[in-house]
Amino acid sequence: MKELWDMFWTFARIGGLTFGGGYAMLPMLQREVVERQHWATEEELADYYAIGQCTPGVIAVNTATFVGYRQAGIVGGIFATMGVIFPSLVIITVIAAFLTNFADLKVIQYAFEGIRVCVCVLIFNAVQKLWKKSIIDQPTMAIFLLVFLVSAGLSVGQSFYPDLFSISPIVYVIIAGVTGVFLHGGNGKKEAGK
Amino acid sequence: MILVRLFFEFFKAGLFAVGGGLATLPFLQEISQKTGWFTQNDLMDLIAISESTPGAIGVNAATYAGFHTYGVIGGIVATFGLVCPSVIVIILVSKVLERFKESDLVQHIFYGLRPASTGLIAAAGFSVVLATLVQVTELGENFVGAFNWFGIVLAVILYWAIKKFNKHPVLYILASAVIGIVAGYLHLFG
Repeated sequence: MKELWDMFWTFARIGGLTFGGGYAMLPMLQREVVERQHWATEEELADYYAIGQCTPGVIAVNTATFVGYRQAGIVGGIFATMGVIFPSLVIITVIAAFLTNFADLKVIQYAFEGIRVCVCVLIFNAVQKLWKKSIIDQPTMAIFLLVFLVSAGLSVGQSFYPDLFSISPIVYVIIAGVTGVFLHGGNGKKEAGK
Repeated sequence: MILVRLFFEFFKAGLFAVGGGLATLPFLQEISQKTGWFTQNDLMDLIAISESTPGAIGVNAATYAGFHTYGVIGGIVATFGLVCPSVIVIILVSKVLERFKESDLVQHIFYGLRPASTGLIAAAGFSVVLATLVQVTELGENFVGAFNWFGIVLAVILYWAIKKFNKHPVLYILASAVIGIVAGYLHLFG
């Protein structure tokens, strides 16, 4: 039982002290999981983290589940996951409750007018970084453009014709995954290492 | 009933959002359009708050969106929905770790998935940027007036500052809040 609580609190600390999610979390994970608790070696953690990026869901949660499960089975995985989401639940709930009560204040509305502009820039920046990692040749460029144009086109179209159909992101994800197998599967070893 | 739907909608996001960070954004946008639980503006606020508080962005976003929909319990249910697929998938993958790591199939799937995920995030970003900076439906009638010129200038300055100083996002968000307050009282917004 003590190990499970250790797991919960260690991951709660990791979740509560890293700003910016997944990618910012690695140094913190190394210190807590590898150096302090010895739940995994440096190499194992790197593996978990890499797989956390190649599996659906939030990277930090995936990595936490991995460490917890490997160390203490399914219950361990659940405790580690609960730990990593606990600070978010508390902090965000408090902020959301605060904002709901004060949303009518002029000063809060003005602040968010400015903040929304900043969010636009932050998203643009994030997309730029993702672009460098995911668009590596012509086929990936084609997939990006197709998905972007269809999805953005539909959403602009909807502001003129609210009844226009839309396509769930799930559909794009599944088609792209299958396309990847067809395109890349035929290319053999040359590009498989990328 | 709404709690069951909340859980299910975020479960889907957790199962299909690949790549971390803003990967949940297209799914949140779909939820917003489909259910009307929160608006496009709520979505922007949610991103700002998720980026300026500790913790994973997807988890923060789920808690915030869930709270907006159904209070404290809504926040908890949405977050559990989001992480549930992770726990299941990771436990399954963990059993075949070695094979998964070296699997060509996984490599091939992700070769196609990554650019698609980037495309989805870019498209979701494009539509929130449009909503913030341009009133698309008014472009025909009043082309110049349809743009939020103050916002566009602020965005260019912020982009330059982020590239030049490379500080934590929370600093730019705070600075933008102050600029927004000043501009609001001076009636600078279009």
